[in-house]
Amino acid sequence: MCPRTLCTLAHVFEAAGLCTIVITPMREVAERMKTPRMLHTVFPLGLSLGKPRDREFQADVLRAAFELLDEATGPVIRKYPVTISPTDHQPISCSLPPRVNTDVHPAVDEAQSLKKAYDRAHQKNGRTSVGMIMSADKIPEALERFVKIVEGEHWEEVGFAPRSMYPTVQDIRSYYEELACELAEGPIEPWATEEWFYDQTEAGKLILTARRIMRDNKVEQSVWFGLAPAGRE
Amino acid sequence: MAVFGKDTEAVGKFAGSVPVPEFKETSFSSSKPLDQAKVAIVTTAALYREGGSGFELGDGDFHYETLPREARDLTLGHGSVNFDRGGFAADINVVYPIDRLYEFVEEGIIGSVAENHYSFAGNQSDTVSEIRLDSGPLCAKEMIEEEVDVVLLTGT
Repeated sequence: MCPRTLCTLAHVFEAAGLCTIVITPMREVAERMKTPRMLHTVFPLGLSLGKPRDREFQADVLRAAFELLDEATGPVIRKYPVTISPTDHQPISCSLPPRVNTDVHPAVDEAQSLKKAYDRAHQKNGRTSVGMIMSADKIPEALERFVKIVEGEHWEEVGFAPRSMYPTVQDIRSYYEELACELAEGPIEPWATEEWFYDQTEAGKLILTARRIMRDNKVEQSVWFGLAPAGRE
Repeated sequence: MAVFGKDTEAVGKFAGSVPVPEFKETSFSSSKPLDQAKVAIVTTAALYREGGSGFELGDGDFHYETLPREARDLTLGHGSVNFDRGGFAADINVVYPIDRLYEFVEEGIIGSVAENHYSFAGNQSDTVSEIRLDSGPLCAKEMIEEEVDVVLLTGT
């Protein structure tokens, strides 16, 4: 629970003599914890500074945060005046490759075809979040395991090590979302890459199908629940 | 059923009901003028350098990672699926505004960017006691030794 940890650290650091400013949308947590200084940002979770690739907006949020240092006493909570909706946005424009290898499942083919775009994103950004459990080269192979679940094999017999399915999906999502940011035209709006992944890509649709099958087969919830955001069907 | 992370009302209800540790007093430090202050970022996005061992899943990993100010090869280690991950994929500054801090130095708004910044995992035990009593104070000590004045705390 990120905001609780943030507010705890703020207390610890202030007690040691440091000045702190917490930026979080979770005002309810900061208020109950009597956090020293908090900028209340009504932004979607995951977007602390509000808008990726928007230098001016991020700078304005930071200026508002630093203004809290002018207050002589605390706790002080101030709301940032601009709000960002998690739902009111344009989808990303990001085309997917045509079928190349019809001998494999469309999701596997798609992931193989997108490797060059992923590599470009990795090289350009100098970073990647793929690697929780596997390298990018292993993404098609990981998707093949979900194909087997959809085709009726038991999830414990398709090659997943214990507790590895969740980080596997995190790596697959990072692979797709990073390359989407490379391919997309225009701004990356809140939740747009998540919606593109689960609604449009073969990989995302495959994972959702496998998740539904495991749920319907009464597989323990901890195995399949985290393969997509809570509430997603 | 709405996706939890996009349901502002549900997130607010969750934030209002999640157990939080009690702090009887709020320490409130004062800083030197901002244009002379050294600023560090501490994030709970579980950032770590690519190729590092990162953070364990679950709520038992209370260690922190040191992020040298030059480092941009950062991996998002926060494993939750209930927040937008595309923002960080597009721009690390939306979580970890390191480049903005350098611009603020050039503009004379802040004094300097700390040599090191720090990252924790946001998912911790309900008491947060390990962060409160162990790794949090240790991180504070490091920042004080590095003469940090102001800490910007961001999360996911």
